[in-house]
Amino acid sequence: MQCDDVARILPEAVGGGAAVEDSVQRHIDSCLRCQAELARYRKMLRGLQLLRTRYLEPAPGLVAQTLALIEEAGEREARRAILSGKRMAYAGAIGGAAVAAGAAATVVIVHRARRKAVPAAG
Amino acid sequence: MSTSELPQGPSALEPLVQAAREGDHRAFDELVRRTYVETYTLALRLTAHEEDARDVVQETYLRAWRGIGSFRGDAQFTTWLYRITANTAYTSVKRRRRHRADALDAMIHDPAEMRLDAQPEESAQQSAMLDRLSVALDQLPPKLRVLVVLKDVYGLSHEEIAEELGISVSAAKVRLHRGRKKLRDLLYDEARPNHGTDGGIEHAV
Repeated sequence: MQCDDVARILPEAVGGGAAVEDSVQRHIDSCLRCQAELARYRKMLRGLQLLRTRYLEPAPGLVAQTLALIEEAGEREARRAILSGKRMAYAGAIGGAAVAAGAAATVVIVHRARRKAVPAAG
Repeated sequence: MSTSELPQGPSALEPLVQAAREGDHRAFDELVRRTYVETYTLALRLTAHEEDARDVVQETYLRAWRGIGSFRGDAQFTTWLYRITANTAYTSVKRRRRHRADALDAMIHDPAEMRLDAQPEESAQQSAMLDRLSVALDQLPPKLRVLVVLKDVYGLSHEEIAEELGISVSAAKVRLHRGRKKLRDLLYDEARPNHGTDGGIEHAV
């Protein structure tokens, strides 16, 4: 086991992302250079964890813009829902009218056919 | 900025989340007000670009608003929000790389100038180290930075990250490995004379 081998493993192993083999652990235990390298990674990770609660302030107006955007999208979707409902109603009315017209036409055709059929039968 | 606007614990958000899930728009608006600083912080760390971060925040909340009804509450609301932010920011980063000239990178913010006042308990040395760390993070290639931020700063799992970024878990692990290595190099090997290793992260944490 060489220091270079350990250096390749450390970035993953330091966060608990990979199990460390005994040979690696033995090398680190006996190598000051690798111990220092491990300490650097640990400090770096600790620093990254501290960044979690270090909040960055947006310029003013972001909340207002975001809420306005959501409201606008809400209104747009509500309008779309209303239009969609109206379209369904129109489609239903047209469909109903078409069915009624078809039924009426059928009645007329049947009626005419019967009238023609009566003299032929007599 | 008042203290009440700072991010709060997950339990404080639960009644609002429940109300928002049931269609209460005002509850959702309140959730936005209480979480936007944290969302913006994550967006800025992921994109390293202020304008993009603002766009990401807006898009994130729009998606969250549309999806809140289907949010089952298996995870914390903030974790759910992180994942939407990550997905949105990743898309933004990829789009920016395609459409913008590198010269715009000069506009990348300096986190040291933008951060809120340091916590009282944060020592000057530690504060300087965190500033250096923030700057180094911004210097990472976007694909690596996203992994380091989501895993090492926000604690998302490899699986969650892979799902949001649309990559395999093994790809996520490889990128995290490379990201940590690159960050380590930026902090220790490429330290400028006025940022000597001994005065920086080495002794601060």
